[in-house]
Amino acid sequence: MKTTSALTLAAVLLATTAPLNAETLRWARSGDALTLDPHAQNEGPTHTIRHQMYEPLIIRDISGAFEAALATDWAPKADDPNIWVFNLREGVTFHDGAAFTAEDVVFSFERAKQPNSDMKELIGSITEVRAVGDFSVEIVTDGPNPILPSNLTNLFIMDKDWTEANNTVDVQDFEGGELTFATTNVNGTGPYVLQSREPDVKTVMVRNDAYWGIDQFPMEVTEIIYTPIQNAATRVAAMLSGEIDFLQDMPVQDLERVNAVDGLIVKQAPQNRVIFFGMNQGADDLESDNIDGANPLADVRVRQAMSMAINRDAIRQVVMRGQSEPAGMIAPPFVNGWTAEMDAESSTDVEAAKALLAEAGYADGFSIRLDCPNDRYVNDEGICQAAVGMLGQIGITVNLDAKPKAQHFPLISGGQTDFYMLGWGVPTYDSEYVFNFLVHSRESEIGTWNATGFSDADLDLMIQSLASNTDLEARNADIATIWRTVQDEQLYIPIHHQVLNWGMSERVGIEVDPEDQPKIKYFTMN
Amino acid sequence: MLAYIIRRVVQSALVLLIVGLAAFSMFRFVGDPIENMLGQERTTVDIERLRDQLGLDEPFIVQYVKFLEGAVQGNFGVSYRQGRPVSDILVERAPATLELATVSCVLAIAFGIAFGVFTAIRRDGFLANFIMSTSLIGVSLPTFLIGILLIYIFSVELGWLPSFGRGETVQIGNWSTGFLTASGLKALILPSITLGLYQMTLIMRLVRSEMLEVLRQDYIRFARARGLKNRTINFRHALKNTMVPVITVIGLQLGSIIAFAIITETVFQWPGVGLLFINAVQFVDIPVMAAYLMLISVMFVAINLIVDILYFFIDPRLRVDRAGGH
Repeated sequence: MKTTSALTLAAVLLATTAPLNAETLRWARSGDALTLDPHAQNEGPTHTIRHQMYEPLIIRDISGAFEAALATDWAPKADDPNIWVFNLREGVTFHDGAAFTAEDVVFSFERAKQPNSDMKELIGSITEVRAVGDFSVEIVTDGPNPILPSNLTNLFIMDKDWTEANNTVDVQDFEGGELTFATTNVNGTGPYVLQSREPDVKTVMVRNDAYWGIDQFPMEVTEIIYTPIQNAATRVAAMLSGEIDFLQDMPVQDLERVNAVDGLIVKQAPQNRVIFFGMNQGADDLESDNIDGANPLADVRVRQAMSMAINRDAIRQVVMRGQSEPAGMIAPPFVNGWTAEMDAESSTDVEAAKALLAEAGYADGFSIRLDCPNDRYVNDEGICQAAVGMLGQIGITVNLDAKPKAQHFPLISGGQTDFYMLGWGVPTYDSEYVFNFLVHSRESEIGTWNATGFSDADLDLMIQSLASNTDLEARNADIATIWRTVQDEQLYIPIHHQVLNWGMSERVGIEVDPEDQPKIKYFTMN
Repeated sequence: MLAYIIRRVVQSALVLLIVGLAAFSMFRFVGDPIENMLGQERTTVDIERLRDQLGLDEPFIVQYVKFLEGAVQGNFGVSYRQGRPVSDILVERAPATLELATVSCVLAIAFGIAFGVFTAIRRDGFLANFIMSTSLIGVSLPTFLIGILLIYIFSVELGWLPSFGRGETVQIGNWSTGFLTASGLKALILPSITLGLYQMTLIMRLVRSEMLEVLRQDYIRFARARGLKNRTINFRHALKNTMVPVITVIGLQLGSIIAFAIITETVFQWPGVGLLFINAVQFVDIPVMAAYLMLISVMFVAINLIVDILYFFIDPRLRVDRAGGH
């Protein structure tokens, strides 16, 4: 008896220290990576697949904190705030066995700055990347950039020699339909090696036993089979029938059904995405309302009344089946600048809303069109329908116009909407990103998603100065000031933080990543 | 005779042009592909650059003419979503759809004829009535519901068959086939039943009514009077004459099986051209949509053209008509 338990213990120890068993993870979600070229597209599902095979200098762990990947440590240079110094990990090899050095980092940054690269906007402030020694690089920016590391978590490093030998130094011209060697082949430093790929059908990756972190991470999955399944019902059926171990993009209505099955669980976490309404407050007159010669949305009292009319708890319970967190500001909790007080600043008070509306001179209300997507966010059209009823209670007649995202988003970028739904995630985990796109006045390179017509020159200056303010305390004070204005002006009407659901077999051990970017090296398999 | 064929070919080409034009003008209402193609960090400059590069700011007639010029040379442009030449993607996806359509067709024909003959011969039997009434369900339920139902029963509850995908495939030159592996064959079962069910019911009902018609004919009665075996009468004499109209219908149905594969492929994540088309619609991938619609219309036009020409050879009355006999 004793010997058997000792043997079992030994076996367990062996299995945990050196996982010898082949463990396949069958993974499905609704879409596939668009390309494997590390710099050609800047898109979530595409990055997710790359993360298994390529690595950036820094990644984020599940809490959103930085974690060393190809860089071991990084800091601004003591005597020059325009330079960040990154020390690189030694002894790392690419999948083909070549050694990783500073030269590869310099090369990859240069490649990512090419015109065809979709990553160039994120590193626009970088003027030079130079190697200082084999395992150290200096990144020079056009002014101090305190949050530079935030922009590097999806910037993957390629091997210079491999890229040159295979004539794939130029980033794939995705829109031009160019196919390069890097589009279909991978030579990264990451934990998994590409074995086969059929776009939109199946991608197979196997464990890289020469990975530098093989002893640091669980790395229990030896083979990943990734299959996109577009139809929501089929996706859930595949999970229920046991053909899938891990499922992203779970339909909200099937959560309970999956949870009720033995051996299957659903894990949840707040997602890095806030859903909100935008209002055209800058125009003199609105096209889609029934008030001539005036813009009711230009009055802050009307905007506040609209926000007060919306019952976020009801939306959470009825439309979202509990799968959301009511929001008072348009930044998720893990973003620098978020405060619990501001996120709670959205209470429902229909009577007070009516009074405010009357004070603003719209006692009889008005009518307006709401533009809403119907295939972009979780239950987007349902949220809009609920809002129509709630705004109706204070006398605002809302005509809902819901359409596919391909038709909805051009309205926002073309400034053809007065009242619209939008969702926003903050990949840099810093409020500057929100301000750059949603608060700054609309110009060709900045404020591109701000369709509210809101424009404040002083605020714009303050937003621009965030980029180079290295005094983090002063910078955070500025961020707080800007948020205060956004809140007081009721620039947007925040609705909720989306909740992310991952379905998995009980064999799979992993917590939900708010970026929706699972990194399989953290997965355990029982 | 030659003039007739030339006229039909010209007519067909005209139909294709009109279908293409209608499809192309509709694409403008599907949405703007630009927003889907660029990430959320895109700038106004990026949007304009891309729109210019893709020629999306040109009038749609110009875009259509450019598409036709390319299509004539076998170049359908570049997929906006996958960033690869559309013709490559179509070649890659075609085997899946063609294999699925073939199996569905074979199932539909085999079971359709068998059930049709059976229900005609045993017209009052319990089993025949049962088949007839269940076939009504098959016709009236929408394809996606049948697909989901089959997945629920055979994948989720019983766990016998896969709910999605093609299983393992074997690459033979440019052709990927699922016929040569066990998982490939298993994966074919549910989608081909889903896709072929409607056609099967149609063939079955057609065979049954034709067969009943034939069985009433005098020569069948004479055959019976001569004391021939029932089996000989039913299969050698009756079935043969039943098949003439059935074959015409089967020919026409083959086209619709390929075209209707869209729904089945979406439900079963079957990586064929139908699924490709649905993906393209959601992403506003105009080159893929255009190529797919043109291919499907070419197929239908070609089938109709062949049928017309065949009639010309088979039916002498057509020729008399042309000569102005009446």
